[in-house]
Amino acid sequence: MIIKGVCHVFGDNIDTDRIIAGKYTKTLDLQELASHVMEDLDPGFRSRLNKGDIVVGGYNFGCGSSREQAPLALKTAGVSLVVARSFARIFFRNSINIGLPLIEAKDHRIADQDELETDLIHGTITNLSQNAQYKGTQMPSVMVDILNEGGLTNYLKKYGAFKVN
Amino acid sequence: MSGQTVIEKLISNHTGKKVCRNEIAIVEVDGIMASDTTAPLAIKAFEEMGGTRVWDRDKMFLVIDHASPAPNERIANLHDMMRRFSREQGVKLYDVGEGICHQLMIEKHHVKPGQIFFGADSHTCTYGAIGAFGTGVGSTDLAGIMLTGKTWVKVPDTLKIVLNNTLRPYVSTKDLILFLAGQLGIEGATYKSIEFTGDALMPLSVDSRITISNMVIEMGAKAGFVDTAGLQLPYNFDSVKPDDDAEYEAVYEYDVSKLEPMIALPHSPDNVKPISEVGSVPIQQAFIGSCTNGKLEDLRQAAKILKGKKIDPRVRLMVTPASKEVYHQALLDGTAEILMAAGATLLPSGCGPCVGTHLGIPGNGENVLSSTNRNFQGRMGNRNANVYLASPVTVAASALTGQITHPQNIR
Repeated sequence: MIIKGVCHVFGDNIDTDRIIAGKYTKTLDLQELASHVMEDLDPGFRSRLNKGDIVVGGYNFGCGSSREQAPLALKTAGVSLVVARSFARIFFRNSINIGLPLIEAKDHRIADQDELETDLIHGTITNLSQNAQYKGTQMPSVMVDILNEGGLTNYLKKYGAFKVN
Repeated sequence: MSGQTVIEKLISNHTGKKVCRNEIAIVEVDGIMASDTTAPLAIKAFEEMGGTRVWDRDKMFLVIDHASPAPNERIANLHDMMRRFSREQGVKLYDVGEGICHQLMIEKHHVKPGQIFFGADSHTCTYGAIGAFGTGVGSTDLAGIMLTGKTWVKVPDTLKIVLNNTLRPYVSTKDLILFLAGQLGIEGATYKSIEFTGDALMPLSVDSRITISNMVIEMGAKAGFVDTAGLQLPYNFDSVKPDDDAEYEAVYEYDVSKLEPMIALPHSPDNVKPISEVGSVPIQQAFIGSCTNGKLEDLRQAAKILKGKKIDPRVRLMVTPASKEVYHQALLDGTAEILMAAGATLLPSGCGPCVGTHLGIPGNGENVLSSTNRNFQGRMGNRNANVYLASPVTVAASALTGQITHPQNIR
């Protein structure tokens, strides 16, 4: 799975309240969620974002609430991948479950507007703008399987149950 | 293989084999729960997965608490979706005003010691207060359990926190957990579980224990487990203990008698200082409630400070009891009367003010002192407000003076 895109860089501890505020979460309209993504953190983000762009965080990206609306808002807005030094665990699981790819890279030095190429299966991240490479953390095989199916809904439709090797 | 931590034992008990940290296990789940923030998406995902019947209707619970009663037509329709699903599936629904999901799961005995419970709310870790493995998941994860009754977990490393001695007057477990959040940091326990033990826990009520486990997610933890020694429940239960040779990633030991009231400053629950270092901060809104600190014990402690006094006219004090049962008890024992006489506004049970959906959104530039668990920017519904976190006793004391105040200074 190769993903290429332009990066938007955020800092450490980006919590789910700032990815999508609680007052906007009570809806099944994904486009509406996407229209408010990162609004409290960076009101201009939505208009700068192009389809296929990559969101980059520091440590503990997605901490806070279990609301799946956070990765859904990012994905629906057109984000193709989230890269961070570390992720909060519920956000990490939610993203895989809804088919939003993400990768953890402890020592990345990605700058805003850098262009990135990522091979999720091999865990390699190439910063085309800086001519640098970062090593991504390998995710458990059950997560790779879920991501390969495009999310948990398709995974369970296909297999009917969880399988662990 | 070395001995097991409690969390490793609980997961092993639900997997059918002995598992240790870093292993992936498929667990049989004892119960699941979703609120009005997460249930509509979970129902949608369940149906998209081809689900027609939930695996066990007696093990699933729906709670309308996050925007309850409905503040607008759209949310009312999402609530109706939950009611329809509950009727069709025969799944128990707690409707508006019944209470906050975590309070209800414990109060109504839907979760018990030794069980594994998944909730589509990050504060499901609360169930560690009564010796259960509780953890938060998202809606699609929950839908997978609705379909299969199982899910996968990575067995976490465990941090052990030993708490010695006795809390001083005016210091509660909220101050303790805020202190620990400050020590470990907001990602100090990410991908890990926390076991709390030590003689400081022995005398603690269920209400006091709930406040500890509730906020382990504020350190990123997957689950928290409070040693069941001294735990009083209205039914018999078996205690799960760690093996003597259990391996912990780290062990921390604290003397809780040294603690003073703590304050988390904006905009992060780990931005914690002892109250003596905070200085005078004026407040315009005070809030006592939420799954962290809206319990009967919390209301009674606040009432003790407020009795016979009036809140500062520049402050609004809002109180949401954690459940209808808590509210009822507070009416019967006079607690509600004391709060109202002091000038508090009692609101229906629910999560509205904490999560910023309704019932008390602060204005621009206002300072809020809140007994809730999070103070991220925008958390209470306005990014231009400042939310400080404290215990119900400190919130009550501060409502009387109009600024953040140590409760011992109230005479």
